[in-house]
Amino acid sequence: MAGKIKQLRMGLNGDEAVAYAVKQSDVDVVAAYPITPQTIIVEKFSEYVADGEVNTEFVCTESEHSAITACIAASATGARTFTASASAGLALMHEMLFVASGCRVPIVMAIANRALSAPLNIHGDHSDSMAQRDSGWIQIFVENSQEAYDSVIQAFRIAENTNVLLPVIVGLDGFTLSHTLENVDTLPDESVKQFVGRRQFTTVTTHEGKTVPFKLDPANPMTIGPIALPNYYFEFKRQQEEAMKNALEVIQKVHDEYAKLSSRSYGNGLIEEYFLEDAEVAVVCLGSTAGTLKTVVDGLRQEGIKVGLLRLRVFRPFPAEAIRNALKNAKMVVVMDKCMSFGGNGGAVFHEVRSAMYDVNSRPLIVNYIYGLGGRDTPPKEFRKILEDMHRMLHAGRVDKLVHYIGLRE
Amino acid sequence: MTTQEWKFTAKEIAEKPDQFLSGHRACAGCVPATVLKLVMKATRGPTIVTEATGCMEVVSSIYPYTSWSVPWIHTAFETAAANAAGIDAALKALKRKGQLKEHVDIIAFAGDGGTYDIGFQALSGAVERGHDFLFVLYDNEGYMNTGIQRSGGTPIGAATTTSPAGKVVPGKLQHKKPITDIMVAHGIEYVATASPYYWKDLLTKVRKGLEVEGPAFLHVLAPCPRGWRSEPADSIYYSKLAVETCVFPLWEAINGQYQLSTPSKLIALAPQKKKPVTEYLNGQGRYRHLFKPQGKAILDEIQRWTDDRWAKLLKKCVEEQKT
Repeated sequence: MAGKIKQLRMGLNGDEAVAYAVKQSDVDVVAAYPITPQTIIVEKFSEYVADGEVNTEFVCTESEHSAITACIAASATGARTFTASASAGLALMHEMLFVASGCRVPIVMAIANRALSAPLNIHGDHSDSMAQRDSGWIQIFVENSQEAYDSVIQAFRIAENTNVLLPVIVGLDGFTLSHTLENVDTLPDESVKQFVGRRQFTTVTTHEGKTVPFKLDPANPMTIGPIALPNYYFEFKRQQEEAMKNALEVIQKVHDEYAKLSSRSYGNGLIEEYFLEDAEVAVVCLGSTAGTLKTVVDGLRQEGIKVGLLRLRVFRPFPAEAIRNALKNAKMVVVMDKCMSFGGNGGAVFHEVRSAMYDVNSRPLIVNYIYGLGGRDTPPKEFRKILEDMHRMLHAGRVDKLVHYIGLRE
Repeated sequence: MTTQEWKFTAKEIAEKPDQFLSGHRACAGCVPATVLKLVMKATRGPTIVTEATGCMEVVSSIYPYTSWSVPWIHTAFETAAANAAGIDAALKALKRKGQLKEHVDIIAFAGDGGTYDIGFQALSGAVERGHDFLFVLYDNEGYMNTGIQRSGGTPIGAATTTSPAGKVVPGKLQHKKPITDIMVAHGIEYVATASPYYWKDLLTKVRKGLEVEGPAFLHVLAPCPRGWRSEPADSIYYSKLAVETCVFPLWEAINGQYQLSTPSKLIALAPQKKKPVTEYLNGQGRYRHLFKPQGKAILDEIQRWTDDRWAKLLKKCVEEQKT
């Protein structure tokens, strides 16, 4: 199959790439509310609706809270649903994100990652998504617009897999990706439609012994979103954890299948390794920063400095096993966080990578760099300096402190 | 909307299987439960129900049991109308794609907290967008599920746990928000008030609301013996007295045209039949403090406000009749 499908190369920014993927994915309901830097997604999609290019019911709600709620109810009614948001909008959805995962509705949501207020800031960092870490959503972070397009298409298959049935966030860096034009290779409509297929429903057995699809269907009445007391609530939550575990496998399977179709792949679908095999210093990051870091690694490698990169494509479920394998030879690990966990002694990615590495015999030194908050640019030379410093510290055999900040006044 | 009038007979209603089933955990004398049962008696075909968090959601869906024989979804407190919007969008999309043939009605239930207060934004938005659903407000005039706190629907003078009658503050200080007029102001086709004592009127209004292609709003007064500190056996009696005192007149606004429903029309035609509000208030423990000497000013204010709103309602109905 590889390379046999003729793909159309389009000039799209990240938001437009997402909208185009949604257009091709046979989505039934889109409910959304505008917020920078996501707005282009819903604007572009509105054009598809206005021009009759999609068969989708598009609901412009009066808030993000109602946007995600409408998606939950639409998805429970059997519709394939999509929404998009960022920053304050995602924060406003917070309550409903737990309801979505708890109701097991396979919504796909694109987040153009942006800082949280106050002070008000519309630029890119990961504070918004990280604040939803424990909401029960699968979280994918993409490196470029091409991957944004590919990941949204994959996300429907992942979310709707009956062993998963969890909502998925596809995060793309605000402005860095959302507003930056790139060449994006797109699949023909028919290939995408075939790849995503019709939505599958899990079945449940009623008290009458009937097997019925899990959705709001007048022919097979079902109560969704009930109250569960201490005697049942815990089991609901445990099942969500099981679904997350299943997702680790499903994400890779869907990624591999898509790779065959499109000739594009992103590591194993969970993590992407770049010169890690013999790297003494490994840097871990999410999102578009990986593009910059790859250039930095290339430069240092040419100078004979053994550095490598691990890009975490999937943050939830956290691919701890894959990370352990990828970093087992590293002597030092530098974790980049574009988000703060105030008072938490480091960022979220740092905490989790460090926790995952606890069981590795080699126990590499692990340090945290917090960078780029509120869209502050971090140029390659600053990353290069970090890696050089770390390489030097490693050979000096000591680390002064665990958590560092770069590119700011102190 | 069609001008057809539905004649629900007691026999027909008794024979129609319940869609809100017994076995739920509502208190004795709970009128909201009666309202749900009656509303579901007036459905006309396949129906999906959604509820806001609240008493009725809690008593009817304790996992692994359910009182609903129709598809039902609850997501959160402020979301009944947004749920309806999502269901409506899904049904439209599935129909357009040929995956759904029949028409499905949508009913959203919310209490006064989920309507006047926390759910108001979602309601106003969904109505503005014109989703096809009937929103039923069961108004027990307080946050009864969380233990009787004041809401935007709590009347002046009523004692609640967050507006207690104290030494200097005589219960709630503000009047009830005119939610139904606010819904009429949204310019929707059908808005009505109903009381479960006048059950045929209530059923007919539910059916009219379902017939509308677009949003419809039904405001039902639903006494709560726990919250009103009244006798469980008196709940339906208060549903009647509220209408007879004009505290809660029954009317419809069809395309913005107000018209009184029969029980209130009879009072308009024979004003001597209008009972004083004290007949309604007396016996409800939440107003007990008003029947002490220092409560007289509030009692007078309740009567004045009731008369004023009744006069304004009559004027609206008369003006509509003239046009």
